[in-house]
Amino acid sequence: MREDNSTLLTLRVNGERQRAVFPSHHTLLEVLREECGLTGTKHGCELGECGACAVLVDGKPVLSCLALAADMEGREIETVEGMQDGLALHPLQAAFADLGAAQCGYCTPGMLMTAKALLEENTDPSEDEIRAALAGNICRCTGYLKIIEAVRWAAAQLRGDDWQPPRDAFYGTEVPQEAAFPKEERHD
Amino acid sequence: MTESRVIGTPFRRVDGRAKVTGETRFADDLSFPRMVFMKMVRATVPHARINHIDLSAARRVDGAVDFLTGEDLPVPYGILPVSHDENALALDKVRFVGEPVVAVAATSEDAADEMARAVRVDYELLETIADAEEALDKPTPEIHERGRGNLSRQASFRFGDVDAGFEAAEMVLEDTFFYDGNTHLPIEQHAAVAVPEDDSRLTLYASTQVPHYLHRTLAKVLGNWSGPLVPAWRIRVIACPNGGGFGGKSDVFNHEIAAAAMALKLGRPVKCTLTRDEVFYCHRGRHPVLMHMRTGFTKDGAMTAQHLRTLLDGGAFGSYGAASTLYTGALQTVTYQLPRYAFDGVRAFTNKPPCGPKRGHGTPQPRFGLEIHLDKAAEKLGMSPAEIRLRNLVEPHAITANWLQLGTVGLGPCIRAVVAGSDFEKRYNQLPPGRGLGLACGSYLTGAGLPINWNQLPQSGVTVQLDRSGGVAVFSGATEIGQGSDSMLAAIVAEVLGVGVDDIHLCVADTALTPVDLGSYSSRVTLMMGNAAVEAAENVRTRLAQVVAEQLGVTVERIGFGGRRVFDIEDPSRNLSFTDAVALAEERFGTLATTGSYKPPRAPGRFRGAGVGPSPTYSYSAAVVEVEVDPRTGIYKIEHIWIGHDIGRSLNPVLVMGQVEGSVYMGLGEAMMEEQVFRRLPRRFREQKGLSGALVHKHPSMLEYKNPTFLEMPEVTTYLIEDPDEKGPFGAKEVGQGPLLPIMPAVANAIYDAVGVRVDQVPIHPHMVLSALQAKAKGKAAHFGPRKFPDVPYGEPLRVPTPDEGGDGRALNETRKKSRHSADGTMPEQKNEEKKHVTPAAV
Repeated sequence: MREDNSTLLTLRVNGERQRAVFPSHHTLLEVLREECGLTGTKHGCELGECGACAVLVDGKPVLSCLALAADMEGREIETVEGMQDGLALHPLQAAFADLGAAQCGYCTPGMLMTAKALLEENTDPSEDEIRAALAGNICRCTGYLKIIEAVRWAAAQLRGDDWQPPRDAFYGTEVPQEAAFPKEERHD
Repeated sequence: MTESRVIGTPFRRVDGRAKVTGETRFADDLSFPRMVFMKMVRATVPHARINHIDLSAARRVDGAVDFLTGEDLPVPYGILPVSHDENALALDKVRFVGEPVVAVAATSEDAADEMARAVRVDYELLETIADAEEALDKPTPEIHERGRGNLSRQASFRFGDVDAGFEAAEMVLEDTFFYDGNTHLPIEQHAAVAVPEDDSRLTLYASTQVPHYLHRTLAKVLGNWSGPLVPAWRIRVIACPNGGGFGGKSDVFNHEIAAAAMALKLGRPVKCTLTRDEVFYCHRGRHPVLMHMRTGFTKDGAMTAQHLRTLLDGGAFGSYGAASTLYTGALQTVTYQLPRYAFDGVRAFTNKPPCGPKRGHGTPQPRFGLEIHLDKAAEKLGMSPAEIRLRNLVEPHAITANWLQLGTVGLGPCIRAVVAGSDFEKRYNQLPPGRGLGLACGSYLTGAGLPINWNQLPQSGVTVQLDRSGGVAVFSGATEIGQGSDSMLAAIVAEVLGVGVDDIHLCVADTALTPVDLGSYSSRVTLMMGNAAVEAAENVRTRLAQVVAEQLGVTVERIGFGGRRVFDIEDPSRNLSFTDAVALAEERFGTLATTGSYKPPRAPGRFRGAGVGPSPTYSYSAAVVEVEVDPRTGIYKIEHIWIGHDIGRSLNPVLVMGQVEGSVYMGLGEAMMEEQVFRRLPRRFREQKGLSGALVHKHPSMLEYKNPTFLEMPEVTTYLIEDPDEKGPFGAKEVGQGPLLPIMPAVANAIYDAVGVRVDQVPIHPHMVLSALQAKAKGKAAHFGPRKFPDVPYGEPLRVPTPDEGGDGRALNETRKKSRHSADGTMPEQKNEEKKHVTPAAV
C-alpha cells in the first residue's frame, strides 16, 4: 500500500498484464470494471449474494465483489472477455446464445465463468452436478432450465461428443394428440 | 409473399452474441470524460416532516462537488396523469424509509458515499400507516395531505343484474384470500448516466423500460427548476438494454431526474448507480392484496355471478396504482363465462415503498383466488378441476360482461395439453398421501388497449430505411429488457423483405432518433411494435416490388421476396438481387425510408374505468403442478410443472420457451417464498424515537429476499399452442407475463391434493401448510389464510348493463360531464403545457 492508501500492482487478466493503481480497499470487481475497463463482469449486489460478478482466479470461481484486488498480484484472472478465441465463441457462449440461456444477459458472464470452472473439473457433469455448481448464481429471466441445457451441450462439444439438446428445447414439447384443437374450436 | 422463412424458426437472438461476450453495454457500463458520481441520501424514517437539512459537513468531504435538494426540483410528477404526487427529492416530508431527500455529487463514488453519510436531516416524526387495514382505520395523519384520508384510489362496478345472477345460483361459494407483495429483483441495479451536450441539450442513458415516459417526465420537471430550463426537444433519452425489468423499471425514478438536473447544473456527465438496497426502496412491485370472492354456480359448474372485493396496499405513492386497482378486477371475465359480475376495489396509502406493476400487473392476485375458488367448487359439485374449466370456457371473439373484446381463445387446448401430459385425470386425487397435482389457468393482455396519456397518437412507430449497399436499417422506440424485442423487430422486417435476421441494423429506444414506442410493459411490444414493423417493411417492399415488376415485365402481385432476392413467383429464375432492387428503387423514388404505426382498436366499454382491461387480444395459459409435501414439516417440493401457453403464433419458439420458463420460475418464486416483509421496531425503541413506529424494510437484500435458485427449479414441460390471432403480427400474442399467472394457484391446488389442506394465501410457507395440517388433525378447518375481510367504504358503484342484457357499454348512473379524465382515469394531454415551456415529449 502506498502513502495515500492506494495500491499499485500488475494484474494478469485473460493472459495479459495490466498495471493498475486503485484505492486499496477496492474490490477486484471495481478494479476490473473501473481501472481495466472490463465491464463484462457485472454487479448485482456487491455482497456476494447474486453471483453476477463471478470471475476465475487461478481457474477457480471467485466472487469478485468479495475479493480485494490488492490480493491479486501474481494470480491468473479470467473474465468473460477472455472466453472467445478471435471471432469464435467458446462452446459455452455459443450454447447459451443459441438456446436463449441469456435473456437480459446480466447474470450471464458470472454464469459462464462458473460453468467454465465446472467443465474444467468435470467434463461430463450430471444435471444435479450442474445445478449444484451454479446454485450460487441467480438468474431472474430464464428459469435456469435453458442454462442447464446449454452447459450440457457445451460439455458434450468440449468432449467431442455429438449430443445435442432435444427438439423440445427449441420448439416446446409436441402437443399430445388428444389435446389438439377439435374442429369446432378453431377460429383462425 | 411466399411461406415464412424466419418466423417460426428458433434462431439465435440478435443480441445473443453480445450478451455472452460481455459486449452488451448496460447503463452502468458507460463512462464519460469528467464524469462525476451521484448518490441519493434517503429517508431513514418512514413518515416525518423535514425540519432542516444540514449540508455543512458533507461540503467539507474531499472530492465533494455539489448537491440538489427538494427545492431545486419543485415540479411533481407521476407515471399516471391522475397521480402526479412524487418529487425527485422530498420537498417537506418523507413517506417511507428509502425515499430520496438529497442528491450529492463527488469526483469518486467513494467520496459521494462519504458525502451522503455526512448529510444531516432533522426530522419531525409522524405516526405511520403500516398496512391497508390500518389505512382504513386511520384517515389521519394523511400520508398525502389532500383532505381525503389515506385511501388512494377506489373503483366499483356492477356489470349486469348481479343479484339476479346470485338468485339463479344453486350453490354460492365465499372465500377470502391474501396475496402478499413481492418485488421484481432484476439482477441489474438501476443506473442512469446524464450527459450535457453543447450548451443546452441533454442525453440521459438509463436502465428504463419506458424511455418515452422518462422523456416526458424530464421535460415536465426540467421545465421549471432552479437550473437551466431545457425543453422536450432538447432532451434525448436512450434506454440501455435492461438487465432485467419485469415491470420494475417501468416507472420514472428519482435518481434519473436528479442525475439529469445535476448534469445540467454542473455541465458535466453524472452517473448514478443504485445499490441493491436502493433497488428494494424503488420497488413498484406487486401490491399486497386482500380479496373477498363470492361466486354463484349452477350444479353443472357454470358461474352465474361473482362479486369480488379487493383491498390493495399501495405503499407511499400513486405510481401505477390507479391502474393496478382496476386490474385486480378487470380480467376475472376473460377465461370462463361469467355473465354477471360485481367488482369493488380500493387502494390504500401506507408508509412503505410504492407498489406498482410487476409481471401480470394486478391480475395474479385475483387469479390466485379465482383458480382456488374453482377448485373448491369442482370438488363440491363432484367434478374434476379440468372439467369445470373446460365446460365454462369463454367463446372466442366474445364481448365479456365487463365489455372486453376477446380474440382467439386457445385455452381449451392448453388445458387438454397439460391434462394429457401430466395424466391428470388418472392421477389427480389418486396419488399416495403427500403427493398431489394441481391445475390452474390464466390469461393476460397482449398490450394495454389504452395509452397512459390519453391521446389519439400511435402507440408504436417503426421506420425502415434501405441503402444502396443492400443494408436494412430499422428504427424503433421499443426497449430491449431481455424479452427479445430487438429480435422480434429484426425478424419481422427480415421476414417481410426476404433478407436474413443478421442483415438488419437496429437503432432502438432513443427518443431523439427513433419513432415513439410507449415502452416495454403490458406485454405490448411484439404486437404493437410488430404491427408497426410489418407496415413499415411492407411499405418499402411495395416500392421494390413495383420497380422489379417493371424490370421483369410482370405484375407486382407476382413479385416475391426471399433469400436476399426479389423474384417472379411463377418463374423464380427471373430475379434481381435484393441489393440491385434497392438501387433500382432508389433511382426511382429517391432515398428509401418508410414508416409504420400502430394504434389498438377502440374497445367497446364506455364507462369510466373501462380503459383498464381492453387489449387487442389475450393470451391463455394452463398449468399442472406436481408437488411432494412432507406432512411432518409442511415442507414441500415442486416435482414437475406442465404448462400450455396459447401464443397465437410462435415468432421464435426458442425465445417463446424462454419467456414461458422464466414466467413459470417467477410464479414459483411468488408461490413458494418471495415476499416484501416490513416490520415495526420494538415498542421501547418506538417510544424513544417519539411518535413514529419506524416501519423498516426487513429484507432489503438479495440474500434475505428468498428467491428460487437452480436447486428449487423443477422440470418444466412446455406446450406452445398456436391459434393465430389476426390482431397480432403473423398471428402472434404475448408470452412475457401470461404463463406466470396459473402457477401460484396450481401450487396451492396441488398442496390440497397432496395433503388435503387449503392455504389461501401466498407465499405458501411450510409453517402455513403445517398449521393447517395441525388444525385438520384436531378436527378444525383444514385451512390457513385470512378469515375476514374488513368493511371498506367503496363508493356508489357504476351500474353497467352487460352485452347480453342489451347494454351499450355505458354506465346507467354516470353523468356524461365533460370530464378531464379519460375512460381509464387518466387525463388527456395538458393543452397549456406548450405555453409554460414545459412541453410533453413528442408523444
